[in-house]
Formats: sequence, C-alpha cells, structure tokens
Amino acid sequence: MLISKTAPRKTLFWKIARHLAAIVAIVLLGGLLSATLVRLAPGFDSDERELDPGLSAESVRALRQSRAGEHNILRYYSGYLRAAWHGDLGTSHALGQPVQSLLRERWPVTLRVAGVGLLLAWLLALLLAFTACLWRVPVYEMMGITLSGAFLCIPAAVLALLSVILNAPGYLAIALIVFPKIYRYSRSLLAKAYELPHITAARARGLGEMRVLARHVLPVAGPQMIALAGVTVSIALGASIPIEALCGLPGIGQLAWQAALSRDLPLLVNLTVLVTLVTLLANSGADVMNYVLQPRDV
Amino acid sequence: MNLARKLACVVVVFVCAVSLAANWLAPVGYAKQFREAPGAPPSHEHWLGTDEVGRDRFARVLYGTRISLLLAPAAALVSTLLAALVGGLAGYLGGIWLRLARGFTDLFLSLPWLFLLITVRAVLPLNVSPLTSVLITFLILGLLGWAAAARVLSTSADALRNSDFVLQARASGLHGPRLFLIHVLPNLKPVLYAQFWISIPVFILSEANLGILGLGVAEPLPSWGSLLRELEGLMSFREEPWRLVPLVLLIVVMTSFQMLLSKEEVTA
Amino acid sequence: MNMNKSVRRAFLQLLVCFFLLAAFAFAQNGGELRFCLRSEPKTFDPALVDDDASVAIRYLTGGVLVRANRKTQDLEPELAESWSVSKDSKQITFKLRHGILFSDGSPFSAEDVAFTMQRLMDPALHSSTGDAFRSGSGTVSTKIIAPDQIAITFPAPLAGLEHLFDQVAIMSAHSPKKEGAVLGPFMVAEYKAGSSVLLKRNPNYWKKDAAGRRLPYLDSVRLDIQPNRDVEMLRFKRGELDLINSVDSDYFDRLAASSPQLVHDAGASLDYEFLWFNQVASAPIPEYKRAWFRSVNFRRAISQAVNRDDLSRIVFNGHAQPAVGPVSPANKFWFNSKLKAEAYRPDAALKRLQDDGFHLQNGTLFDKAGNAVEFSIVTNAGSKPRERMAVMIQEDLGKLGIKVNVVTLDFPSLIERISQKFNYEAAMLGFRNVELDPNSQMTIWLSSGDNHAWNPQQKSPETAWEAEIDRLMRAQASTADPKKRKESFDRVQEIAAEQAPLIYLINQNALSAVSNAVAGANPVILNPQTFWNAERLTVNSQARASR
Repeated sequence: MLISKTAPRKTLFWKIARHLAAIVAIVLLGGLLSATLVRLAPGFDSDERELDPGLSAESVRALRQSRAGEHNILRYYSGYLRAAWHGDLGTSHALGQPVQSLLRERWPVTLRVAGVGLLLAWLLALLLAFTACLWRVPVYEMMGITLSGAFLCIPAAVLALLSVILNAPGYLAIALIVFPKIYRYSRSLLAKAYELPHITAARARGLGEMRVLARHVLPVAGPQMIALAGVTVSIALGASIPIEALCGLPGIGQLAWQAALSRDLPLLVNLTVLVTLVTLLANSGADVMNYVLQPRDV
Repeated sequence: MNLARKLACVVVVFVCAVSLAANWLAPVGYAKQFREAPGAPPSHEHWLGTDEVGRDRFARVLYGTRISLLLAPAAALVSTLLAALVGGLAGYLGGIWLRLARGFTDLFLSLPWLFLLITVRAVLPLNVSPLTSVLITFLILGLLGWAAAARVLSTSADALRNSDFVLQARASGLHGPRLFLIHVLPNLKPVLYAQFWISIPVFILSEANLGILGLGVAEPLPSWGSLLRELEGLMSFREEPWRLVPLVLLIVVMTSFQMLLSKEEVTA
Repeated sequence: MNMNKSVRRAFLQLLVCFFLLAAFAFAQNGGELRFCLRSEPKTFDPALVDDDASVAIRYLTGGVLVRANRKTQDLEPELAESWSVSKDSKQITFKLRHGILFSDGSPFSAEDVAFTMQRLMDPALHSSTGDAFRSGSGTVSTKIIAPDQIAITFPAPLAGLEHLFDQVAIMSAHSPKKEGAVLGPFMVAEYKAGSSVLLKRNPNYWKKDAAGRRLPYLDSVRLDIQPNRDVEMLRFKRGELDLINSVDSDYFDRLAASSPQLVHDAGASLDYEFLWFNQVASAPIPEYKRAWFRSVNFRRAISQAVNRDDLSRIVFNGHAQPAVGPVSPANKFWFNSKLKAEAYRPDAALKRLQDDGFHLQNGTLFDKAGNAVEFSIVTNAGSKPRERMAVMIQEDLGKLGIKVNVVTLDFPSLIERISQKFNYEAAMLGFRNVELDPNSQMTIWLSSGDNHAWNPQQKSPETAWEAEIDRLMRAQASTADPKKRKESFDRVQEIAAEQAPLIYLINQNALSAVSNAVAGANPVILNPQTFWNAERLTVNSQARASR
C-alpha cells in the first residue's frame, strides 16, 4: 500500500466505495458469464420429460418452446436484471417455484452448516498451528501435519458418507474439509514469520512468547491470514455442494447441484450472483480489515 | 522427524517405482474380467480381490496409481504456474494491476465451473481413447484451478513489493523483469511450493469427485478417482476392508508427499 | 386433606387409564409410515404429474374412478361403481358411488369428473396423463347424464381406454382448495421444500374394511426427500424408514444376509434395460457406420454377442432376467410367450457379420470397405449398474474384434444427443414401464413417433418392417376386442425380435425392503411396489423402536 498522506478516514471511505463498485461490476459480469456458460452447455434445450412416451408430439414441442425466452442470452439477462430490480428473481424450471421463496427456504440451512463448519475449522487450525509454532515439539508438529494431511486426502463425498454413517452433523464434514487448508497455510506463514531476523532476535532477547506473537508475529502474518479468511468462505461454500447433496441437507448447495443437473438457468444465475456476492463481500471485508489494522507510520 | 522424512521418501519412491513398473508387476491387465469371480475377497490369485465385474483390484490399483500420480502433479503444475503468473505479477506491479487481477480472479472464482466439468465429456468427440479423455480432464482441471492460488499469491507478492529488501534492490537500480525474477519470484517460492503440493491432492480429489459422478476417467481405464468410487455403497468398513485399499494408499502417499515438503516449505 | 389425597389419586388413576387408552387407540390406529422420495416432487397437481415422486404422492392422495389392482393386474371399481365402454371404443360411461366427500367436506359428483376430464384435455396444459387419451384430432366431450352418471366421448377409438383412468385423480370442480381437496386415502398436510412431505389420513375417505372400519388404518405417511440411496439404506437399517422400493441388488443381498425377513424379490419387473443403434438418415455420423447400424445382421450379431446371463448374474447379482422384448414376462396378458431371450452365441454372431462382408484380421473386425469396427455407447453418468453393463458389453464385443468406447454423459447432454441432434452411435438406457397396455407405447413404435428411439419422426416409414409395425399398432389401437389386439401386438413383438432395432438386455427384478414394523405389506412387481395397498397397512411404532 502506498503510504497515505490524507486523513485515513477519508481514504477508508474511498476504499470501501471502490470495493463496492468492484463488487457490483463483478457480480453483474459474473451473472452474465454464468448465464452464457449455462446457455452454451450441451443439453440446455433438453428436458428429461421428452423421453416420456406418454407425451404427445405437441406437448414435447411445447416443452421445448418453454425455454425459447432464454435463447438470446443478452435479452434474457437484461430482462432478468429488470425484473430483479423490481424484486422478482424469476421462477425455477426444475422445481416450478419462485427463486425467491426457494432461496428464503434454503439459505438458513447453508448459513448454519457452512458458518459453524468454518468457525470450527478456524478454531481447530489456529489452535494447532499456534501451539505447533510455540512449542516446536517435532512429534506434535508431525501429528498436525499427518492429521491435516489425512483430511486433505479424503474426498468430500467420502467425508459426507462417513458423517452419514456416524450420524455426525454436516458442519463437521465442512469443518474437516476446510481445516487442513487453513492449518497448512497458516502454519507455513507463522513458521516463516518466526524465522524473520527481528523476531528471532526478540526471542533471543528473552521476550515472552505471547508478546512475541502479539507484537511481532501477528503483524507480519496477519494480513495474509485475513486474506485467507476471505478465501475460506468460498471454499466452505464450494464444499457445501457435495456435502449437502449427499447428506440430503436442503440448503443452497443442494439447490445448486439440482440446478446444474437440470440446466435450470434462472436458478443457476441467481445462485451464482448470490454466492459471488457473499464471497466478494468476505474477501473485501478481509481487505478492508487489513487496511484498517495496518500500522501507519506517518 | 528425520527418520519420518526418510520413511516418507521411501514410500513415495517405492509407490512411484511400483506404479511405473505396473506393466511388469501387475498379474493381469487392468481390463481383464474374471467373470466367474466378481467381487471376490482377497485370495492367492487376486491379492486385493476383484471389483464388481471381476477385474483384479491389485492390477487396477497399480495402473490407477500411475495415472493419478503422473497427471495430478501435471495439473497442479499448470495451475500453479498460471497462479504465479497472474498473482505474482499483479502483486509485483501493484496498484491498478493488482486490483484488476483481483477482480478477474474473483470473477473467475464466481463462475459455476462445476457445470463445465459436468458437461466437458459431452463436448468432446465420442470416439476418443480413454487416455486422451483423461489427459483432457486433468488439463481442464489444471486450467480451472489457478484462481484461488492466485489470490493468495497476489497478497504475498504485494507484501514483498513493499518489503525492505525489494525497496533496497529497487534503490540500487534493479528494475523490471530482473527484479521480479531475482528477488520477487524466489521469495514467493515457499508459497508457490505450498500451493503446488496442496493442489496435487485437490486435483486427485476433483478427479475422484468427477469419477463418483461417473464423469471422470473413461472405462476401462482405472484412476484413483474410479477406484475410490468403489467406496460408494460401502455400508460399514468392517464388511470388506480391502475395498479401502485405494483410499489408504491415497492417504499414505499424500501424507508422505507433505512430509517431504514440510522442511523445504519452511526454509526455502 | 385425606379427601384431597384420594381425589388426587383417583385423578391420577384416571389419567393413567386415559393414557393407556390413548396408547391402545394409537396402536389400533395405524401409526406413521415413513419412506423416502428420491427426488423433489415437482407438483401436487394430479393433472401435471410426470416425475416419480409426484406419481407416488398422487397414488396416495388421489381418488380414481377405477384402479388396476397392482397384484392381480385386474381393473377394479373405486369411485365408479361400474363402467361400460361402447362397441366402437369411443365412449365410456361411469356409474359413480353415492355419498362420497372430498377431504375438505365438499360432495363428489359427476360434475367433478367432467371438470377433471376437461381440465386434463386442455391443450394448453400439456399433461402427460391427458395426452394418453389423445387418440385423434378433435375434442373430448363429457356428458353428465345424472349426478351419479357420466359419459365421456373421444374423437377416435381408444382401445383399452378404461385402463387409462387408473392415472386420473379426480379433482373438485367447486372446492376453493383446488388440488388440496382429494378423494384418496391421504392428503398433503405439510410440505417442507427439499426435506419432507407429510401426508395425513383423509378423514372423509370412503372405503371401509370387511369389519366396517374406515380406511386407511395409518394416521400419516411421512415422505422424506432423499436422493442418496446409501443414506436411504442406512436410515432403513437404523429403523428410521419403513420401506424401500427398487432396492439396488448389492444392498439387497447384503440386507438379505443379515435379515432375510426384511427383503422381498417379487421377480422380473416391467422395467428393462436396452441398447440401440442410431439409424437416423440425417445423423452426423460416418456413412459406413450408418450402413452397419441399418443392417439387421449387424444388429442381431451384436445382440447375440452380448452375454445376458452374465449381465444378470454379475451386475444384478442374479436379481434380473435376460430380457425377451419390449414386454416383460411379468406383464401377464401382453407378453408373447412364444419368444425367447436372444442366447449368447458369439460364433453365430461372427457368422452373421461375415454374411455382411465383415472379416476378422489380427483380432480386429473390419467391414467390407476395410474400416475397423469401432463405435461408442453413450449412457447416463451416475448409474452404476448401467456403467457396469457397458463395461461388460465392451468386453463381450471386444472378443469379436469390435472396439467399443463407453461414454457417460450427464442426463441433459444425453437427451440432447439422442432426441434432438442425433449425434451418437449407440445408446443404452433403461425404460420404466408403468403401464401394461401397449397403447402407452404408441410413440415408441410408430415410425412417426418422438420416442421411436432408433429413427424418430419419419415422414413415412423408411423400411417395410417399420411400415408393418405402424399398421399393426394402429390396428390394435382401433379394435376393442382384446384377443385381436393381442394378436397384433404379438406380431409387433416378433418383428422387434427379428429386426432388433432395440436390443433388449435384461428385466430387473422388483426388489424391495419392508421393516417388520409394517403389517399387511405385500410387495408386488408393479409400481408402487411396497405401498400399493397403503390404505391397509399399519405400522407398529414399538416394533420399530426396538429394532
């Protein structure tokens, strides 16, 4: 960052404004691009019901016609934006319900599962990483590496199945998917920080470990940790797709899976926009927080 | 610690060597169906039993390991290089470039790529050999996997740009690509290494998850993904523990990899 | 004080008595039946039902005029006391039962039947149930002869038309609750999107058992929406579910090993798995391959080279039968018993191929012009049995020197290829046959049909045998005489066996699991296997808890 000459508060305001502008632009563009992706995907025009021998030729044609409004993607998208501005997010093809009510029903489930899972993952990872760096007992460090390594190697689908067999809650599976990523990265960051000359010097001077951590290590490793926090939100959201789909949790992830399999354009576009919005807000939040916490030696 | 690392090294070298020698070591081909013994338990003939259509599991594990061990790192390399290029350069250049690159990665991350992976086989010609379709699958995984890593790298590179020694180097007249190559990139190495090693299992798992959807490697070619697919429908682990062999192997190999790198990661 | 105590004691005793009574009453009433729907029900409107989950709900909630008994396969009177079909098969007259109320209390009469039929036949509705009645152009007319008598007239003859009413759930013409007012044994009480549907007993349901007790016995049916079969099985094992329809053969055997009293194999079902070659003239495939696929010798050779016994034994653990043709032996009336499943005869297959000018060279089969024989089989991803069958067929054909590439696609991509772009060589799918009558397969057999899989929507039949099938199918559809219809359709089955446009692989067995908490279950091969007699089932919740 350039060292700011103006009052920090004003810069902060501009920073947030810039972030928001970027978010709006990316979300709008992301929505359009994802709609294009879905539109160009093979099978966009087909419907499972076409194979039903009971349907007459007219009905099959009507089925195919029902998506005619989505063929020109630019026209569809502008129509969608106009309706969304007035609070109408469209209707899902596959489920035949307004997208709004679908989201309202499903959002709390994902919020709980992914949110609790994320929190748990961070607690576990930081606890292990900090203690590993403080104590520097090889066996303990090995344990952390092995544990995180093992969980890094188990496919999300298997974790989901395990949690079903053991009757464990879904957030545990999410926590175990996100935890190793946080642990590995933060441990590497911390270890690197501890090897910086001024920190080694501080420790050599006999400064208390907690003081070293708070005064010297955190300022070095902190910004990247906070950036990581933003990234983990999208990892958790991504993981919630297989977990929810396999565990039968009626959340956003399950909805996204259904929507992808049935080429449900209105639903997919809305979900993309929503997930992008949450991810970007998390990342920008991390960025702004970094800015606020940054020591300014002006 | 040292002993563990040696052990890990032995494991990795052993598994690599054995899988590379699959042609000679496997008792039979990976596609040979023993139809009189489908789903058989381990025996003298079939060391790890047979799968549901009677193919020797040991042979399939050998060949599958080779495919995954060769191709997942390749995909990881592709994605890490892309990430280094986008993230490193953006962080190094800073300012508007950094913001643009971040916007681009955010945009990229936001798109439903899962969707592309679901449909990628449908876009390819129907009569491609299983091997070609595996190569393409991994290549696409690699091309799609860079964005998250790039985001992390740009933060690191940004921090480096403002670090004392880069400022010093700049003051001493070092600029442009030389500065990037000599001072910035080497200092990004630990993060790059970490990203590379972390993404190997990610790609193996992506392939596995695609496999579970039936969209991964084409039959009859085995890969860790298609081997892990046998876990589906396993009701309890006590019933047929030999079906867990691919999962155990995956965990052992990956853990060994991570152990090997843990020192480099710290000291590099 | 004393007095107070005794009063309290008496009160307590009374309370205990009351609870005992309540518990007794509860045990007498059938409790709650629980099972899974494998997908979200897309609609509760009986006219628009198309997916399995909605069909199940319609079966449990909808009242119909006549019902095909799922065990005997005979048609039985329900809301209609009796019915008669005119000689020309154009008109059906129903005599309705008296004093029947919808679940919301509104009375049932011929007006409701007329309303239901008119709505069903609305061309803008595009109802699959309604389309089954569309025999020719023109409108369907309903005539209310008396409050309890109605005649429905169709523009063209419709053989076996009374059977179609099994799918027609009568809706109320006047009730403000619309599809919420039902005549079936249960009614939808609660729907939690993505998670569950709760059905409650319909207090106004008309049927009584032999002892004069009102049906259904069950108080409620809880349907959990659960697409994952593993989870479904685990929950069944834990005692959280009472039944599972179409159990995978793997699970079936494992469950049978531990608790054989829970599983039921009702024998071959109506469903079949099949393979076919693309014969579409305009399909974007090489000309020489189209020539192979259009040759009957090639198709029959492939059919003979597939080891159906192995498919059944290995992929389905023996819970499947080699398929004979489009009609399963389980379809008692319509199956042509003269036909046999194609036997596995690789040498005969090779001979047939050699007759067509193919020759084997260094383990590879070449056609007359010297093209190596290689083709792809597309199928849907995620269906394990189908993928395993594909791998085994790949190996079987490999022995003839034919290289097969197995391509698994997600469903929409597959449908686009096989029904719109025709950009495929061979495809493998399963057919879920819900109806016994061949009229339900009109669009499959007519060369102009949309579901004439190998070469749909032909302007005029491209081959003589397709023209003959067209003639026979039309003939059977326009006669009322079951014997003549059967003769025609028997011939269709024979032509299908001779020409092999569709290569029938296996008929899966109807496998189900029923917990021992359920009393009265009698699983059958027809859908809905286990709960076809839901109105007479009871669930003993104590037995469930103790399992």
